[in-house]
Amino acid sequence: MAIIEVRGLRKTYGDVVAVDHIDLDVGEGEIFGILGPNGAGKTTTVESIAGLTRPTAGTVSVAGIDPYLDRVAATSMIGVQLQQAGLQGKLTVKEALELFASFYDDPADGLELAEQLGLGDKRDAYYSALSGGQQQRLAIALALVGRPRVALLDELTTGLDPASRRNVWKLVEAARDQGTTIVLVSHLMPEVQRLCDRIALIDRGRVAALDTPAGLVASSSAPTVMSFTPDAPVDLERLRALEGVAEVRQRAERLEVVADDAAVLAVLDLLSRSDVRPEKLRVTQSTLDEAYLSLVAGSENEEAPA
Amino acid sequence: MTAKTSNPAWAVLRTEFRLFLREPGALFWVMAFPPILFVILGLIPAFREPAQELGGARVIDLYAPIAILLSAIMASVQAMPTVLSAYREQRVLRRYATTPAKSWHLLTAQFVLHAGAIAVGTALVLVIGRLAFDVKLPGALVPYLLLLVLAVCSALTIGGLISALSRSSKATAAVGSAVFIALMFTSGVWFPVQTMPGIMGTIVESTPLGAAARGMDQAALGDWPDLRLILVLLAWTVGLGALATRYFKWQ
Repeated sequence: MAIIEVRGLRKTYGDVVAVDHIDLDVGEGEIFGILGPNGAGKTTTVESIAGLTRPTAGTVSVAGIDPYLDRVAATSMIGVQLQQAGLQGKLTVKEALELFASFYDDPADGLELAEQLGLGDKRDAYYSALSGGQQQRLAIALALVGRPRVALLDELTTGLDPASRRNVWKLVEAARDQGTTIVLVSHLMPEVQRLCDRIALIDRGRVAALDTPAGLVASSSAPTVMSFTPDAPVDLERLRALEGVAEVRQRAERLEVVADDAAVLAVLDLLSRSDVRPEKLRVTQSTLDEAYLSLVAGSENEEAPA
Repeated sequence: MTAKTSNPAWAVLRTEFRLFLREPGALFWVMAFPPILFVILGLIPAFREPAQELGGARVIDLYAPIAILLSAIMASVQAMPTVLSAYREQRVLRRYATTPAKSWHLLTAQFVLHAGAIAVGTALVLVIGRLAFDVKLPGALVPYLLLLVLAVCSALTIGGLISALSRSSKATAAVGSAVFIALMFTSGVWFPVQTMPGIMGTIVESTPLGAAARGMDQAALGDWPDLRLILVLLAWTVGLGALATRYFKWQ
């Protein structure tokens, strides 16, 4: 059953189209990822689901209510981590968690959340004295402290170190296990691959692809990566010209060829006709990274890469 | 499910109160500085003598309402707008807009706390004046307090308007300081309104703080202040309040 329904969402600011047309359904208990290049409309989409932004057209429904119009119902069941939001500078971590917990009917133990996020020894520190990563972890704790039905996490672990990242992942999974539906925006493929049940790839204000992480990789036009060390020089242009080859990269002495399944044999064929032995050949399934890049390839040339 | 421990508006007010106590600078200028200035003036012997040009009043009598208004000005255009602008700039208002507490809970808490600080400053001035310099408590207490409340409301709306119209904390501080000087002048910190000559006095009495200073002086002597002064204060409060509400940017 869908707890979040987005239908024909469109948001423009003057002449700028932030979101062109987006339809999404997020099932209850899902961890749903939103991926896409900068400026694709991810944050606007999340803010519309949070009810902070009024859609120019289309509808958003969270558990049957319009989050923009019914603020009382929306704020009591949606926990939000915003990309750009702060707290009072002289509020301590502990006070912030207690204050936010007091807003909700059945809150989690804020200090325990802080502990799990590695903020235990910072409980009496002022918000302004926290590092950026610590502020970000506190924001995640505050988004989850009310045990919301839906948690919207924008830029979940951007800028966190690998250990903190793993703590956040565990916490997000624990929140889901307790029934919270999670929508997260991320740029980190390993994060999305590990956490998300499904991913919407948003590009230029539209859903470019929507599938499970494995489904996205499989549907990619270049699902296979070959890598090998050629024992003689290879004409890269001839490799690139083969049908089904998406990309050829030189990594030190190794070559990487991103291609579809049929092209793998064509590559090997070409190499043997050129008397080149592909040493230490590895053929692996391409990653979500590759799938992402091939799906948004068009816009990557126009905009800063995500 | 357990019930909520408190209403969000109260929880925010309690938290803002704690934070307020962590700003010793603001607390000093609003609650301590005006009484200290008042005491310093009271220590000047000539200011404790009845003066003929003041109709037999003493300078120190005139300065009781002025010191109280000074506290209101400090709170309204120096302390509060800085906090509100910082909350907007650091996206605190935006953060609270996503919770069951609302951005306006923060704004209301700031108004209430600054009004409370002004009340403390007022009480200190009145008590010190009574005990140390034999300044009589206001003769007409009800109109005195009415004017004070109106003066505080108009000063706070001026502060609200400053933070509404300025784009950054820096701009707020700059505009606040300029307005601060103007309000100090009109409230009579340098020359009590009663001593301002002719047309200047009339102009100053049609400003919010000038009207409040003049009216509080009348009430201190036991009279109902001129209706004109009350209307001036009401008009400013309503007008500025409407502008501040209209132009306040939440983000």
